[in-house]
Amino acid sequence: MMSQKHQQLLSAIFYSDEFNQSLTDLSRRRFVTGLAAGSAMMGLGLGLNSQSAFALQSNIGPTVLRGNEFNLNYSTTPVNLTGKQRIATAINGSIPAPVLRFKEGDSVALNVTNQMSVDTSIHWHGLILPSSQDGVPNISDGFKGIKPGATFRYQFPVIQSGTYWYHSHSGFQEQTGAYGAIIIDPIKPPPYHYDRDYVVLLSDWSDEDPNNIYHKLKKLSHYYNFRERTINDAMKEINESGWKNFWANRGMWNDMRMSDRDISDVTGYTYSFLTNGQTPDVGWTGLFKKGDKVLLRFINAAAMTFFDVRIPGLKMTVVAADGQYVQPVTIDEFRIGVAETYDVIVEPSDDRAYSIFSQAIDRSGYARGTLTPDLSLTIEAPPMDSAPLLSHGDMGMDMSMMDHGAMNHGSMDHSTMNHSMNNVDHSKMGHEMPVNPSPDIDHSTMDHSRMGHDMAGMDHSMQQIKTPEMGSGKAGFGSSQKIIHAETEFGPHVDMRADAPLYRLNDPGVGLRNTNRKVLSYADLKNFNKTPDPREPGREINLHLTGNMSRYMWSMNGIKFADAEPLQLKFGERVRINLVNDTMMNHPIHLHGMWSDLETGDADYIPRKHTIIVQPGAKISYLVTADAMGGWAYHCHLLYHMLGMFRKVVVS
Amino acid sequence: MKNLLLTTCLMGMFTHSVYAGGMEDDPLVTKFMIDQFETRITNGNNPLVLEAQGWIGKDLNKFWFKIDSEWLDSHNEELELQALYSRAIAPFWDFQIGWRHDVKPKPERDWLAIGVEGLAPYWFEVDTALFIGESGQSNFRFEAEYEWMFTQKLVLSPEFEINFHSKNDEKTGTGSGLSDTQLGLRLRYEVKREFAPYIGINWNKKYGNTADYAREEDEDTDDVQFVVGLRAWF
Repeated sequence: MMSQKHQQLLSAIFYSDEFNQSLTDLSRRRFVTGLAAGSAMMGLGLGLNSQSAFALQSNIGPTVLRGNEFNLNYSTTPVNLTGKQRIATAINGSIPAPVLRFKEGDSVALNVTNQMSVDTSIHWHGLILPSSQDGVPNISDGFKGIKPGATFRYQFPVIQSGTYWYHSHSGFQEQTGAYGAIIIDPIKPPPYHYDRDYVVLLSDWSDEDPNNIYHKLKKLSHYYNFRERTINDAMKEINESGWKNFWANRGMWNDMRMSDRDISDVTGYTYSFLTNGQTPDVGWTGLFKKGDKVLLRFINAAAMTFFDVRIPGLKMTVVAADGQYVQPVTIDEFRIGVAETYDVIVEPSDDRAYSIFSQAIDRSGYARGTLTPDLSLTIEAPPMDSAPLLSHGDMGMDMSMMDHGAMNHGSMDHSTMNHSMNNVDHSKMGHEMPVNPSPDIDHSTMDHSRMGHDMAGMDHSMQQIKTPEMGSGKAGFGSSQKIIHAETEFGPHVDMRADAPLYRLNDPGVGLRNTNRKVLSYADLKNFNKTPDPREPGREINLHLTGNMSRYMWSMNGIKFADAEPLQLKFGERVRINLVNDTMMNHPIHLHGMWSDLETGDADYIPRKHTIIVQPGAKISYLVTADAMGGWAYHCHLLYHMLGMFRKVVVS
Repeated sequence: MKNLLLTTCLMGMFTHSVYAGGMEDDPLVTKFMIDQFETRITNGNNPLVLEAQGWIGKDLNKFWFKIDSEWLDSHNEELELQALYSRAIAPFWDFQIGWRHDVKPKPERDWLAIGVEGLAPYWFEVDTALFIGESGQSNFRFEAEYEWMFTQKLVLSPEFEINFHSKNDEKTGTGSGLSDTQLGLRLRYEVKREFAPYIGINWNKKYGNTADYAREEDEDTDDVQFVVGLRAWF
C-alpha cells in the first residue's frame, strides 16, 4: 500500500504544475531540512525536460538550471538538518546549490548576486577559463570578491565537458553550504552509453560555526577524534602479539607523539554526511528501470571529509575522473578525495533497492543514498567497516626492504622499452606485483626471510613485463630526483618529514588495503584519449606538504601562504610538480586553471585531473602545461588546511 | 605587500579579515584551562584547590598565565601567579619566560620564571621551570602528566610534581634541597571534551627542612587525600 506521502511525491514528480507551484516555496526551505520529510527523497535523473526538472526541484533539492545565462543569489538561509536550526550559506535558497547544466562550446554568463552581509565569490572548480573568471578573491586577475549587495557577472566560454562543481572561495562559506554541481554536456556523444544520470554530491554539514571548529582544532587538535587508542586496544594487541611486539609496534608512534588513528581532523562527532543535501536518516533516492545503465556523477563537495563509496551488489565502471574521460575500469569501491569527481556507470539488474554507501574515511559516519526501481523498495545502509589504522609506510618511513631501489634495474634502457610497454595493462599489473609497494607493512612483525623470497618473485615478474618503473624521470613516470627537505621545513611549525616517501599509485589508501573488494587506485586511471601534451617536462618543482598537527598549522615546504612568494610558471612550459607528503593526513591538492596530468606509469594515456590526493608519507608527480596566463590558486582543498597550505601560481 | 593583501581582503563568513578568499590561517586564539578544581578530603578541614592556566596568542607565540591556589576555610592559603611569554621552539615544545608572583603564603615573593612546557615522547606532558627569586633563592620544578584512556571518555591520569629550592625560606616554609613531591591519580569522565568531573587520590610529601617547618606549624608532612573535582576548558 502506498502511503499518502508517497502519492504526493509521485504526483509531484509526474507533475501537476499546480501542485509544483504550491510546493516551490515550501520546498526551498524543505529540502535542506533533513528531518522534514519522513519519506524518501527521490529523483528521476537529470536528463529530463524542463517541466519535470521543475518537479525534481520540489523533491530532491537542487534545481537544474540550463541555458547560457544564469542568475545565482547568495543568501543566508535558516536550515535544520539535525533538529537544530542553523544559518547556512545558500545559493538560490538551496543546499546544495542548483545544478548548472552547460553545453560544451557555449559561452555562459552567470550573474552572482551577494545578498549577504559578508563578501563572497564562486570558483568554478575544474573549469578551464580565464583567470579573471576563476573567482578566487585577490588571486584571480582583477577579482576582489563580491561585496554585499553587489552582482558580479562571470562570463566564459565552455571548452570542456563532464562533471564538475562550484563553490564559494570566501571564508568558510563552503562548509556552510555554498557548493553545487556543474554538468557540461559534450558536443560529441560520450564514449559510453547511459539511460539516465544522477548527480551524487557528497558533503559534510556541521551545526557548529566553522570558525569555532577551526579554533577548537587550534586548541586541541584531536578534539573531534573519538577513536583514540584505549587500554583495551593495548591489552588486545599485547594478547595477540606479545609484549615485545607491542612495544616495538607502538614505539615509533609514541616516539613521534602521533596516533595511527588520526585519520580525519573533523569527524562524524560534529559532521552529518550528506548525499545531495540529505542526511543519512532521510537519504536521497534515485529511480531506475531494471536494465538501465545509470550514470552516477559523484562529487565530493565536503569541507574536510574523504569518502569511500560503494554500492553493495553492484559493480561500478569508472568512465571519468575529475570530468575527464578515462579508460573504463570496473571496481567495487573508490575513495573520493575532497573536490574530486568520478563518473561511474552501474547496471542494476535486480528488482531491488541498492544502497549508495559513502563512508567517511575514518568511519565516523556515512552518507547514504538509494537506487531503487520502486519507491516501495528501500534498503538500509550496510554496516560500516572498521576504523582504519595508519601504517609505518603512511609516515613515509624507510621500508628499505620493500623499497624500489632494491628492485631497480640499473641497466634498464628506458628508450628501448617504450615499445613493449604500450601493451602492458598497468591497472591489472598492480595486482600481480607491487610496482609501488603498499605501505601496509608492519616492519616489526615482518618475516624478513620470507620477504626476501617474495622479492625475488617480484623481480622476476618485473623482468618479464619489462616496464620502466615510476621514478624514471620520463614523462608519465614521475621524478628521479632525490627527496630533499628544505631548510624551511625544520622548526616548531613542522612535526614530521617523510624519510622515504614512495610513489604509491596502486595503493588504494589507508583503510582500503585489505578488503576483498576491487578498490580503485590512481594506477587504474588511464586517459581515454592520448596524452594531450606528450612533451618531457622542462623542469621540476618540488613541494612538500608540511604541517604541525598538534599546533594545527599547515604549510608547503614549511612556509605558509601568508609568507610565501608566488610560484612562477612560464607560459607554454611543461613542468613537473613533485609533491611529497610530510604529514600523516591525505591532502587533496587542487591547481586552478590548468590540468594536473597525473603520472601513473603510462606515458601515452596520462589522465588529467584537477585535484590530486597525496597520501600520507607518500609522493606523487604530475605534469602541468602552463597554458593559462595570470594568477591562479594552488592549495590543499581541506578547508581548514588551505589557509596555510596554499600558493599563488603566476603564469607569465 | 603581504600585509596589504592581508588587510585589504574580504570578510569571511562569520568574522575576521581574510585573504585569498580564505580566512586568516593564524588567528588570535584564546584558551582557558582549569586543570584541577577540586576539594581534597582530609581529616580536618577540606582544602579547595585550583590549578588553572590560559593563553592568548597565535600558533607560535602566546601570552600564557598560570594560577595555583589553595583555600582552607574560605581563607586563601596559597596563591601563585605566573605571567609568561611563550614561544614555540620545537614541534612539541614551548619555551616560556616571565614573572612568577607568590601572593600567599606571606610574605609575597617574586621570581623570574624560565621554563619549558610540551609533550615528550611517549606522550608525557611536561611542564618544567627554573624560578629565580630574591636574595639567591631559586626553585626548580618539574611536572609530568600522562593519560591512560579506558574509553574515549574515561581517562586515568597520573601526575607527578617535584620541587627543589636552593635556600631555606622559613617565612614561607620552604627548605633547601628537595622540598616536596606530589603524586596524583585522577579518573575523569569527559562529558564533553571541555567538561570532565573526576575523582582521584593525591599524595603530598614534604622533605628535609620543608618538612621541619611544616611540623613546627603543626601541618602534615605526608598526606594522602581523596579528591573530587572538575576539569574544564574553553
